[in-house]
Amino acid sequence: MKSHYADQTEKPVTERRTFCVLVDNEPGVLARIAGMFSGRGYNIESLTVSETEHEKHLSRITIVTSGTPSVLNQIEAQLDRLVPVHKVVNLSAKASIERELALVKVAQFGEHRGEHRMEALRLATAFGAKTVDATLNSFIFELAGPADDVERFINLMTAIGLVEVSRTGAAAIARGAEEM
Amino acid sequence: MSEMMTGAEMVVRALRDHDVNHIFGYPGGAVLPIYDALFQQNSVQHILVRHEQGAVHSAEGYARSSGKVGVVLVTSGPGATNAVTGLTDALMDSIPIVCFTGQVPTHLIGSDAFQECDTVGITRHCTKHNYLVKRIEDLPRIIHEAFYVARSGRPGPVVIDVPKDIQFARGVYTGPGEIIHKSYRPKMDGDTARIEAALALMAKAKKPVFYTGGGIINSGPEASRLLREFAQITGFPVTSTLMGLGAFPANNPQWLGMLGMHGTYEANLAMHGCDVMVNLGARFDDRITGRLDAFSPGSKKIHVDIDPSSINKNVKADIGIVGDCTRVLAEMIRIWREKKYQVDPEALKSWWGEINKWRARNSLGYENSDSIIKPQYAIERLYALTKDRSTYVTTEVGQHQMWAAQHFHFDEPNRWMTSGGLGTMGYGLPAAIGVQMAHPDALVIDIAGEASILMNMQEMSTAAQYRLPVKIFILNNEYMGMVRQWQELLHGGRYSESYSSALPDFVKLAEAYHAKGIRCADPAKLDAAIQEMIDYPGPVIFDCLVAKEENCFPMIPSGKAHNEMILPDFAGSVGDVIDAKGKQLV
Ligand SMILES: Cc1cc2nc3c(=O)[nH]c(=O)nc-3n(C[C@H](O)[C@H](O)[C@H](O)COP(=O)(O)OP(=O)(O)OC[C@H]3O[C@@H](n4cnc5c(N)ncnc54)[C@H](O)[C@@H]3O)c2cc1C
Ligand SMILES: Cc1ncc(C[n+]2csc(CCOP(=O)(O)OP(=O)(O)O)c2C)c(N)n1
Ligand SMILES: [Mg+2]
Repeated sequence: MKSHYADQTEKPVTERRTFCVLVDNEPGVLARIAGMFSGRGYNIESLTVSETEHEKHLSRITIVTSGTPSVLNQIEAQLDRLVPVHKVVNLSAKASIERELALVKVAQFGEHRGEHRMEALRLATAFGAKTVDATLNSFIFELAGPADDVERFINLMTAIGLVEVSRTGAAAIARGAEEM
Repeated sequence: MSEMMTGAEMVVRALRDHDVNHIFGYPGGAVLPIYDALFQQNSVQHILVRHEQGAVHSAEGYARSSGKVGVVLVTSGPGATNAVTGLTDALMDSIPIVCFTGQVPTHLIGSDAFQECDTVGITRHCTKHNYLVKRIEDLPRIIHEAFYVARSGRPGPVVIDVPKDIQFARGVYTGPGEIIHKSYRPKMDGDTARIEAALALMAKAKKPVFYTGGGIINSGPEASRLLREFAQITGFPVTSTLMGLGAFPANNPQWLGMLGMHGTYEANLAMHGCDVMVNLGARFDDRITGRLDAFSPGSKKIHVDIDPSSINKNVKADIGIVGDCTRVLAEMIRIWREKKYQVDPEALKSWWGEINKWRARNSLGYENSDSIIKPQYAIERLYALTKDRSTYVTTEVGQHQMWAAQHFHFDEPNRWMTSGGLGTMGYGLPAAIGVQMAHPDALVIDIAGEASILMNMQEMSTAAQYRLPVKIFILNNEYMGMVRQWQELLHGGRYSESYSSALPDFVKLAEAYHAKGIRCADPAKLDAAIQEMIDYPGPVIFDCLVAKEENCFPMIPSGKAHNEMILPDFAGSVGDVIDAKGKQLV
């Protein structure tokens, strides 16, 4: 049967969105936000928190999430109605900078060991990663950059001998002189 | 105005400062200091319930019927967990509640101490906000903030968890003053440009409808008055959700009756066929919209709501206006008059012509009987015999609730208390107790089902203790009727566990609770029996034996559109009407 609504037949497109949330740094505020996401069935791709204005007891939370545009708008409204939330900004709607830090451990064993060590170092240089630890058969690289770069770096290292990764999740900020 | 006192004394003083005259509660080890402080004063009366769930529902009934914040006091652990259903109910129906819970002393938190539970963790999802008080210095501010948060914007329940050492600690109490919350400042005034755009749309409408909800009641009696005025000057038809009944008078010719799953044919078809829908304080709940992709397909939708997350949540609004119903309605009326707007009278006349044809179907009709009491008839008689008094109605959950919504008519707001969002069986009796506390001279009736009433029957003791003359009017069909109806319609009439076996003798039960019991099974004697109930000065349990397998119609089957309603004269097998997808819905 034909639907009354034209757009219902189109497959909903999901997209990623980064929100910056300014909250009172009170106990349980993180649980409140994380609980809102799980309780309402929303995705969290990454979430970072820390106190940014000590005197005012304000924390800044950066959340990367994905969904259809209407779900993402609903997420913004749901964040905004939490009592300790001062402000929610949709950074994806503005020119903004997003960075993430990753610590990537790679180890080389077996017959191509020498080649792999060289390749790992070459890639690290190409990505601008720092070597923060090295042993005869392992490296730990520190890479800070956009999530996509981190993702690509990890994929490449997987082919070489990825052992473990620790990622911080995104920190993000709008470009220009204006305050959030 | 600052003074030294203990935390427990601060709680009681703050209640006084917030004009709280009644609180509903139940004592225990972790709240003894507060009970001690209550003992030593007379301005706040404590009503001892018999179960903490009852305390919250009583506070809800008190709040909904009076417009005040309902206050609850319970102990830690089981006291707090028993309150959870009531808190969730208040959250779903936007009822302002402040609930104090006792907690183990701060130094024992996290040690699995006796009657410890993570109250703020457990209630985070079922409150608008909650607090754990860790320092005596914070207590006065937190209490004042809690009252502000509970009643402002979209109202809701707020929990304050107070460890026992904080109740004993001494500190400085400061009064509420003017509360300026750091982050929570709901938007009250609607955006003028949007209001103007909405009015321009309304003025050009040919088939308009007002779809009103609980937000009008939340906003206060002035919103109901303004709604009446706006309906009068526009001539638009008005329908309402279950939660908004009474905001618009049922005796007004522009009233279409309730809409939604068990709403009237005219209300639902007006929603389906309208060209401009004006939603005032309703949230496009699934009981209203039915199948979303077939919901009112040809209309432009205006949505006024104080909670921005309600707008575009389920249904896309063409014009969303964030603001309080009273303020937005006042502004709408002012501008409508100023611009001398008027809808095309010919179009409106033919729209009313269509509506009147739907009305003529008499969708609330039923086949009466002179040998057995039909539940609809019982409600009709109850209404007829009580409408000239100051009457307040609460309900339990089930078919009786829907028949009450359909056949008991309300002309004023705050007269109808029901659990809509959560649908909590056991709500009605404690809610009636709360209503009666707020309105000692009114006639308060809990329209109940025989299954639901047993869920909080213990509150009869509370009614007896405080001499609250609440009337429990049970439509006893010996079934969890609403469940039975769905089993008949969807599960081939296999009545799995929905028969109310081994029921108590409700007349004897009434007597055991120091109340009066009345039983009636004969339609000819019903009026006299109802009159006897009304005239009795104490609590009454009325066991009204009704037709056992009556179904509640009209009904929009799950997964169907408004124009696919089942009417009372429907003769086929309903099981065939609902498809597999519909059966999966609730
Ligand atoms: C067995 C059963 C059957 C049911 N069948 C039906 C049915 O047939 N029809 C029906 O209507 N319901 C039915 N319900 C109830 C239904 O589940 C919902 O509770 C109800 O429809 C919601 O009503 P509402 O949209 O008015 O919203 P409410 O829950 O009352 O919410 C109020 C809305 O108004 C907003 N608001 C609050 N304060 C203000 C303010 N000051 N200014 C502006 N906006 C404000 C809120 O943000 C919210 O969006 C049934 C329930 C049960 C248990
Ligand atoms: C606490 C709770 N448990 C279960 C349900 C599911 N339920 C909805 S209506 C109903 C039957 C109610 O029976 P009764 O009180 O006799 O009312 P009737 O439908 O017969 O009028 C049930 C079990 C509920 N709403 N609340
Ligand atoms: Mg029943």
